[in-house]
Amino acid sequence: MSEMFSLVDLKVRFDTKRGALNAVRGATIHVAAGECLGVVGESGSGKTVMWRAAMGLLRGRRVTRQGSVTLDGTELLTMTEKEVRQLWGTKIAMVFQDPMTALNPVRRIGSQISEALVKRLGMSKDEAAARTLELLKLVRMPETEKLVRKFPHQLSGGMRQRVMIAMAIACNPKVLLADEPTTALDVTVQAQVLDLLSELREKLGMAMVIVTHDLGIVAGHSDRIAVMYAGEIVELAPTVELFSNTRMPYTEALLNSIPKLTDTSGSRMRAIPGSPPDPVATTTGCFFAPRCAYATDRCRSEHPELVDDGSGHAYRCFFPLGKGK
Amino acid sequence: MAGVGNAHLRAPGDALLRVENLVVEYKARGGGAVQAVSGASIDVVAGETVAVVGESGCGKTTLAKGVMQLIQTASGSVMLDGADLTKLKGEDLRKVRPKIQMIFQDSISSLDPHLKVRALVEQPLKVWGRGNDEERLKKVDELLRSVNMDPEIVGDRKPTEFSGGQCQRISIARALSLEPKILICDEPVSSLDVSIQSQILNIIQDMKKRYGLSLLFISHDLSVVRAISDRIVVMYLGKICEVSTPDKLANSPAHHYTHALVSAVPVPDPKLGRRKAILQGEPPSPTNPPSGCRFRTRCPAATEKCTAEEPQLREVSPGQFVACHHPRG
Repeated sequence: MSEMFSLVDLKVRFDTKRGALNAVRGATIHVAAGECLGVVGESGSGKTVMWRAAMGLLRGRRVTRQGSVTLDGTELLTMTEKEVRQLWGTKIAMVFQDPMTALNPVRRIGSQISEALVKRLGMSKDEAAARTLELLKLVRMPETEKLVRKFPHQLSGGMRQRVMIAMAIACNPKVLLADEPTTALDVTVQAQVLDLLSELREKLGMAMVIVTHDLGIVAGHSDRIAVMYAGEIVELAPTVELFSNTRMPYTEALLNSIPKLTDTSGSRMRAIPGSPPDPVATTTGCFFAPRCAYATDRCRSEHPELVDDGSGHAYRCFFPLGKGK
Repeated sequence: MAGVGNAHLRAPGDALLRVENLVVEYKARGGGAVQAVSGASIDVVAGETVAVVGESGCGKTTLAKGVMQLIQTASGSVMLDGADLTKLKGEDLRKVRPKIQMIFQDSISSLDPHLKVRALVEQPLKVWGRGNDEERLKKVDELLRSVNMDPEIVGDRKPTEFSGGQCQRISIARALSLEPKILICDEPVSSLDVSIQSQILNIIQDMKKRYGLSLLFISHDLSVVRAISDRIVVMYLGKICEVSTPDKLANSPAHHYTHALVSAVPVPDPKLGRRKAILQGEPPSPTNPPSGCRFRTRCPAATEKCTAEEPQLREVSPGQFVACHHPRG
């Protein structure tokens, strides 16, 4: 597997009024060229911060980043903002959750897309305009000639997200980060956008990372899945393996808590008791132990490491499910 | 979708809440009016959970607001316990409100940030002059405990100190303080994480049993609705297209739109493979809805009849009603 995008022991800390907030506590993950990685976690699990920090979007006095992030062999963490900016669009691009706030409300769709083509790829205005129409067709937008003259507020959420995707793929990035790309969309439109992303990934040979809180979304669209909890990766496995041989009790609890269409009606939800730990407080032991049905004294006193069982399935648990005691 | 007709309504005497042909209009720019809800009928029997599902803009929240009389309705009736809420005004309407309460999607902003938790839950009781200070406090603590919150710990804190899930529990306690007959839940778990979502759904179910509530549950999430409701109403562009039981909705949807909705739900099981999106495009604008069946512009089975004639809701199997000229199955 050729590694396109690698995070090695990435730590992200924010200085807050209440003290140091450890948003990401040492994450190691490799994304291979052409692969689709799903990253799943609840609000506050660090899934978004991890990728934004890796991409160089999170920086400043109150943000501390440690570890190493390499993109196609280049180290990103030590780069200045100016340097890393050169890679945005051409090497790595991002699709955000809220396409209304990510698009500029006072510029027309066409000029927003062609800007990157002119600035990054050095196209002339006419070339960029022609390419913009092609890109909009690629993301299956109707009436592209009219569309480029429109403003974001004239489009529906699903169409705005397509525009975002067109902008992201404009300069043929090697890696596409999609952060909750369909969370703001209706379920029928969500299915359309997910199909589109998968299709574009195959067509353009990009590596893709889909960050989401919904295991259902990545089940059908990813090769591997990383599950995050309290700033850590707690399970990482090929998609089918993760669902059929779940090892981490948190992943199991998360799967059980999702209401499914196949459930019998009137059945009680299997909720996870309690809530995730406060990211500012220091916790000993396994972060999931207070909510875990299988926790022992060891879990409460000792922090488990992420271990690979040799098959590419890694988990952070002393007593993994299905492995006996 | 389209549909009009009231074939799915039960006998008027059985229903606790009976909404007939409700129309809600919003003023459009330049004169005209947009019908957000155009002639919807639903009924809720005592102890039942009726869910309304549909995509953004289908009118499900407007329907809830219309039932609550939080917005003016253009025509139709909302019968609650023998009184037509659309005919009531001012004090008469206010007097009915304790019977019908509502919880909202954004629980944090629906609670006054300046009030402490006990005061929030007590407020409705105070407004209605129920009991003395001591009795009210007892009732408040009991309500908080019933939503799994310890009044000693949370009582003197303010909403900003709580997460979305905790605020939703406070909202539930507050809404139930007046012992309503019907609780309207407008996307109560949509902004919550999955692990918290199920906690809240369980609490709502527990409360329903404990206080003998009926629920009108508005949601865009078919999986949630499937688990908790007795009856599901599917809306599209301001009209009802299918009324069904949870089992039939999931296994044998009769309306083509319902089928598309069910197929689009992401399934957390990679073995089932990826299902292709059935529905292309997005719903048309409600300012200028299609003639005949409102779903015909995106429907795989549409014919000329669908353009010319609006389908009526009719029973296709026991408990399943559909407004379609060419139902599935």
